[in-house]
Amino acid sequence: MSQTLSASTLLAVPLAPLAGALLAGILGTKFGGNWIGRRLSHSLTILGVLLAFILSAMTLKSVAMDGARFNETLYTWMVVGGLKMEVGFMVDGLTAMMMCVVTFVSLMVHIYTIGYMEEDEGYNRFFAYISLFTFSMLMLVMSNNMLQLFFGWEAVGLVSYLLIGFWFNKPTAIFANMKAFLVNRVGDFGFILGIGLIAAYAGTLNYTEVFGKASQLAAIEFPWYVLGQDAMLITVICICLFIGAMGKSAQFPLHVWLPDSMEGPTPISALIHAATMVTAGIFMVARMSPLYELSDTALSFVLVIGAITALFMGFLGIIQNDIKRVVAYSTLSQLGYMTVALGASAYSVAVFHLMTHAFFKALLFLGAGSVIMGMHHNQDIRWMGGVRKYMPITWITSLLGSLALIGTPLFAGFYSKDSIIEAVHESHLWGAGFANFAVLAGVFVTAFYSFRMYFLVFHGKERFDQNPDAHHDDHGHGHDDHHEPHESPWVVTVPLVLLAIPSVVIGYMTIQPMLFGDFFKDAIFVDAAKHPVMEELAQAFHGPLAMALHAFSTLPFWLALAGVACAYYMYMVNPALPAAIKRSVQPIYTLLENKYYMDWINENILARGARALGTGLWKGGDQAVIDGSIVNGSWKLVGWVAGVVRRLQSGYLYHYALAMIVGVLVLMSWFVTWPMVNDWLSR
Amino acid sequence: MTLTLTLGHYLTLGAMLFALAVVGIFLNRKNLIVLLMAIELMLLAVNLNFVAFSHYLGDMHGQVFVFFILTVAAAESAIGLAILVLLFRNKSSINVDELNTLKG
Repeated sequence: MSQTLSASTLLAVPLAPLAGALLAGILGTKFGGNWIGRRLSHSLTILGVLLAFILSAMTLKSVAMDGARFNETLYTWMVVGGLKMEVGFMVDGLTAMMMCVVTFVSLMVHIYTIGYMEEDEGYNRFFAYISLFTFSMLMLVMSNNMLQLFFGWEAVGLVSYLLIGFWFNKPTAIFANMKAFLVNRVGDFGFILGIGLIAAYAGTLNYTEVFGKASQLAAIEFPWYVLGQDAMLITVICICLFIGAMGKSAQFPLHVWLPDSMEGPTPISALIHAATMVTAGIFMVARMSPLYELSDTALSFVLVIGAITALFMGFLGIIQNDIKRVVAYSTLSQLGYMTVALGASAYSVAVFHLMTHAFFKALLFLGAGSVIMGMHHNQDIRWMGGVRKYMPITWITSLLGSLALIGTPLFAGFYSKDSIIEAVHESHLWGAGFANFAVLAGVFVTAFYSFRMYFLVFHGKERFDQNPDAHHDDHGHGHDDHHEPHESPWVVTVPLVLLAIPSVVIGYMTIQPMLFGDFFKDAIFVDAAKHPVMEELAQAFHGPLAMALHAFSTLPFWLALAGVACAYYMYMVNPALPAAIKRSVQPIYTLLENKYYMDWINENILARGARALGTGLWKGGDQAVIDGSIVNGSWKLVGWVAGVVRRLQSGYLYHYALAMIVGVLVLMSWFVTWPMVNDWLSR
Repeated sequence: MTLTLTLGHYLTLGAMLFALAVVGIFLNRKNLIVLLMAIELMLLAVNLNFVAFSHYLGDMHGQVFVFFILTVAAAESAIGLAILVLLFRNKSSINVDELNTLKG
């Protein structure tokens, strides 16, 4: 263990944002008496996150350069039987990378927020929340045990809930945050079941100890039948854990909360619902790779779910008109890609895509936010167009982000996405064929919706004065006298530029060490004999430049180009065409418009069904059986028996005397006749 | 033929006395004194059985028991009559049908 990783330094990483969050959240709001103002709040929280980022960057450096590792328990919360509940940190390549991504994106979002939330009343509260989020996410990624992972997991869920409902006077926002919370509960239920199974069978929650027992766990058969057949324990554990990841990382069918979470302010859409929190599931599965490697069934499950999400959520992005929702569906689709990579045993590729995606998706979201600001809080891309010349920095950074997203060679997204496609191509698991098709088709879809949005927003005719809703906007902020977009202030554009740089170069720089080097050597375990995907990728890899050049002769590149070309043709050259297509395939359009009726199913079948079940249990089970029969029934029975018996207590002496005599007679007849009966019976 | 008094006669007499006492308790709805007397009669019936068996078995224990019972019965009668007097002072009645305050 190297000297450079001291426990106190690591401890400072999550605690600095926590301190900022507490100061801004308690002293900066009405709750604590508005002691500190806006300027001090944002300075304090930014300082906290900046400190966390600098320490994370130093950690990453010593992990990557000096091979430093840290895996210690810092505090024992409690011991129940043999089960220890601890707080500890485990720092290796995976953690260090995540720490840097989280703190960097968070820092950018903090700075950006100064501009974006300038006019909002909840300014200090917002800073407190995003700093609290940073703390939670750091606890999640730095954890060395499942319990702390779960703590972080729930804490980010909580902050997400708070931030989606940040504008708590808006009914849609309240609905959305409730939805996010409830859908995440479903996932978390699976997750805690998985943790519980691990605790029950491995007897420990510490990662190192659990992974040490992985091979023993793999030999245990699950005691119950699952779907009518024998199941292995490890499969059940992995699927349970993955259900948690499905909730947090918004995989089909638990994806429904993510598009609605766009009700929150844009900076948190960038921070939480695109770049960091939603990747917690991906991170968790990568962290649990020693377990997932033992179960092909679980991997196939992961693969198929990811493939469904990657393709079908992309389709939804095509028909959205809200700029943030397009990006949200794009996030869903990209999360699907990461999941597919996990399923194909290419964990490092998934994490690699997670990282590149965090940069370019945060960029796209912040760009979208900048456009929204410039458009005076209009979010409908039908009423934009030609924004390029008004907002040059936003335009160029968004273009770079979009190019990275669709996988243009040499951009960050290209390396990660092409690696995923290659990995799926090499995978031989059940479902890999479908996944392969899904990720390839997804490339076209991604390119199409990204550039549909890009063209509609930044090019073409200026349509922003035609918006019928422009004057009925809740967030109108005094610029009503002129409608021209304006470039955002420097606090907004600087983060865009800073995010655009890694969006372009990070893939080129890091693909070699992250995918084929030693960076994740001890963090991610791949059973190379069973799943040789990574080895085959490594054989085909001849340096990042060669990979980019080779891309021009592969299908994904041409699919992406076709997507861009289609978008260009349909929205720039021939704008009447989309409407015509829409008319000709009305049923499909309706299906997409209603998001595959997932919300309808959830609300009318699942939610109503659950409510009906709940009402049934309440009326039938609680009120009738428990309250009616058991609780009230017992006193009623006692009362009834007493009412009958009290008639015997007449108070008349001769009644008592009669009872005594009858009693004597009965006992006498018993004593006299019983020996005779006994005799007769034994004869 | 000479009438010989056997054990059976004594037991029959005892049973008759006992039955009389029981009937006395149930038939009497008016007077608490009759009730006390019926109880005394019951005890006497029992005593008679004791003496008869004692003589029949040649065992003096039964007769010793009779003395005890007589003593207790005397004490009991005294208490019973005392209660009766107090009852009459309070209620101005010793009618059994009106005395149902034993129920809670």
